[in-house]
Amino acid sequence: MGKGVAITGMGIISAIGNNVAENYQSLSTNKIGIDRITQITTIHENEIMVGEISGTNSDLENQLKIEADQWSRTVLIGAIAAREALENAGITDVNEFKTGLISGTTVGGMDKSEQYFYDYTDNPKVRQHITGLHAGDSTNKIAKYLGLEKSFVTTISTACSSAANAIMLGARMIKSGQLDRVVVGGTDSLSKFTINGFKTLMILSDTFSTPFDDDRKGLNLGEAAAYLVLESDELVAKKNKKPLAFVKGYGNANDAFHQTASSENGDGAVLAMQKALEVADLKPEEVDYVNAHGTATPNNDLSEGRALIRIFGENVPEFSSTKSFTGHTLAAAGGVEAVYSVLALQHNVIFPNLNFKTPMKEFDLTPVTEKKEKSLHTVLSNSFGFGGNCSTLIFSKNQ
Amino acid sequence: MKNKVYIRSVGSVSAQKTYDNTSFLNKVVTYNETVTRVIDPNYKDFIPPAAARRMAKGIKMSTVSAKNALTEANTEESEVDAIIVGTGLGCIGDSEKFVSDIIDNNEQFLTPTRFIQSSHNTVAGQIALGMGCKGHNFTYVHSSISFESALLDAHMQLMNDEASTILTGGVDELVEHHVSTHRLIGHIKKDPVETMSILDSGSKGAIFSEGSHFFVVSNKKGENAYSELLGIRTFNSLERDEIEKEALSFLKEQEMTSDDIDLLILGYNGDVEFDTYYEALSQESFKNTPKAYFKHLSGEFDTASGFGFWLANKILKHGFVPQVVQLGDSSKEAPQTILIYNQYRGENHSLTLLKKC
Amino acid sequence: MSELKQQLKEKIIEQLNLEDVAVDEIQDNDPLFGEGLGLDSIDALELIVMLDKDYGIKLADPKEGRKIFESVQTMATYIEANRSR
Repeated sequence: MGKGVAITGMGIISAIGNNVAENYQSLSTNKIGIDRITQITTIHENEIMVGEISGTNSDLENQLKIEADQWSRTVLIGAIAAREALENAGITDVNEFKTGLISGTTVGGMDKSEQYFYDYTDNPKVRQHITGLHAGDSTNKIAKYLGLEKSFVTTISTACSSAANAIMLGARMIKSGQLDRVVVGGTDSLSKFTINGFKTLMILSDTFSTPFDDDRKGLNLGEAAAYLVLESDELVAKKNKKPLAFVKGYGNANDAFHQTASSENGDGAVLAMQKALEVADLKPEEVDYVNAHGTATPNNDLSEGRALIRIFGENVPEFSSTKSFTGHTLAAAGGVEAVYSVLALQHNVIFPNLNFKTPMKEFDLTPVTEKKEKSLHTVLSNSFGFGGNCSTLIFSKNQ
Repeated sequence: MKNKVYIRSVGSVSAQKTYDNTSFLNKVVTYNETVTRVIDPNYKDFIPPAAARRMAKGIKMSTVSAKNALTEANTEESEVDAIIVGTGLGCIGDSEKFVSDIIDNNEQFLTPTRFIQSSHNTVAGQIALGMGCKGHNFTYVHSSISFESALLDAHMQLMNDEASTILTGGVDELVEHHVSTHRLIGHIKKDPVETMSILDSGSKGAIFSEGSHFFVVSNKKGENAYSELLGIRTFNSLERDEIEKEALSFLKEQEMTSDDIDLLILGYNGDVEFDTYYEALSQESFKNTPKAYFKHLSGEFDTASGFGFWLANKILKHGFVPQVVQLGDSSKEAPQTILIYNQYRGENHSLTLLKKC
Repeated sequence: MSELKQQLKEKIIEQLNLEDVAVDEIQDNDPLFGEGLGLDSIDALELIVMLDKDYGIKLADPKEGRKIFESVQTMATYIEANRSR
């Protein structure tokens, strides 16, 4: 243990862009990705706003040069983002070193499962999607697409902290010497399943989400895939690479409070942040920016805000929730926000928390609402999920 | 110096009467089916009604096997540092019902409980909630290496001193739509096969089932530990002719050769198309190694290898290989070192190495 | 009204899987949440769906449920006043 974990590549596709450059451009120019839903027919279409990736499935299939209707949208976007991450890391032979793939997903192939649920009996042409319901099937397909063989490939599903936990596992496996290199992140497409699921919980906003605002009405669902390439110190030195940033700390804890809601005082979140700071060997005041989970549900933002105050006291670092751009991309969120955290470090810029007007009554916390340039060394990113799952990652510019 | 990792206790709910841990396959239940279900313990003995009312079958099975494991290890709930679960499909019964409700009711009048239970990490989350365990809480969902991924995470944490006691396990439930769709694509056998003649079925597909297996794993040996877990390796893909080489190199890292293996437990499920992977490993180096199999007893499911892991631990503790799991007649008296090899349909292979402690 | 209350008790038990509770154990004014029956926020969401499906009453904000679901009595009163089916 004790080895460094370098980030040498990243890839992303989200509602605000089809690659890293487009995402950065949108974040820098307040280009929001939230709109009415177009690619899924739902009776809720006029009641919700979503962060949809612009390409249709056939656009994505063409881009990947694969046959029509073989893969779930979760796999399509995952393959695109993971491919960009490998290219960005300059990796041409994916099997050259001990390499793994760890992906987070909640829906996996649910988009196809719900589409063909009653059709399998009579229509053999859609039966390729039967095994797609396995969340792990999506990761296996991405591994195959990347050409990864005889390798450690697994899937994490811890609701909305899945990708953050994938990054955490990858970092731990590199530190303990089990892998030299690992592609980590997550992918989730929109589906009727999640739209209706969140609808039953009555936490979907009917307009643009407003994280950390007193009048917040809930979240916008989004879809995305985002991956990082992590490599060991030895490999970075051997290949003479210049890392984009480092995974410095990580922590996962359970709120053990309620199946879906966070505890009022954010116990799990506090524990996750404490663990991450401990692993990073950093003091709270050394954190320059917090990319918050900030879903804009009444419950999350209150719980997370209180947890931030418990960790940082009166000096909560500048923070923002970029979910106001992308929507809440569920399992992918931790990956998306890891990419944004690295972009923040690379460009020394804090991306704004859009749509914020009124501070919450319960505490005096105001997010960064306009793009702000600032020298950044350390960024902390939170991701919380159902089942009380709380995760924190810390990224740093230097080892 | 890395810590040693011990399996302190086992808990199982399966198609055999394994929830009663005082016996070890004394009386095997035989089936003549294409799908089998677990033998249910009396869940009310383990779960208060108020807690049980929203629980899917997978959570109930896991509550029982987790509680049995904790009791046997004499571990207080407060001593558990982490909960790590593997599941191929989670509480798929509720997911399926939620999807059919969406379609049947045209997205109206849907209720949250089924959606909440559909979250793959609901088992790990609810166990943590029940125990008040605020530690690391992960759920792996990767087909036939779901359980091994959880075990590998636990092993790594215990070796590296990130935790000292972990509750880890695997669970999957058998439900209707999953069965009917997998029949369509031939993954389930067309005709019933009798339990003890599964290897002679000559047909494609497997007997599908369900189960839940939990273990207390620790870097402190404690009393009455079952085994020492030496290592786990998984592979997304492997060809038949590559398995032996990978197994030998896995053993070499533990400074072992095939001669050190007293028993090779194989994941044979009676599918003529894919049992050839096990045959491939049974030639050459492992030709004379005593062998055992288990899916005739447990049935096939994503975390069926949890039953294989349970079996290996029971064999090491009890010091004999039950006749009913022996392959061939070359079984050694009291195996000291066991290698488990499992895969499903030629993908997601795993090697797990245990020794007596 | 008493028929509605009886019906509500049956539905609550069925919808929320309260296997160990009998209809006559629920008094009209017993609190449903916290102490009383021990229901929680997920149950509240289940009850909101029941209002919609069985009585044609739509609640937009889950917070509105708190007062309505205080007891079987308050539920019945609210349903009588607002039902469309």
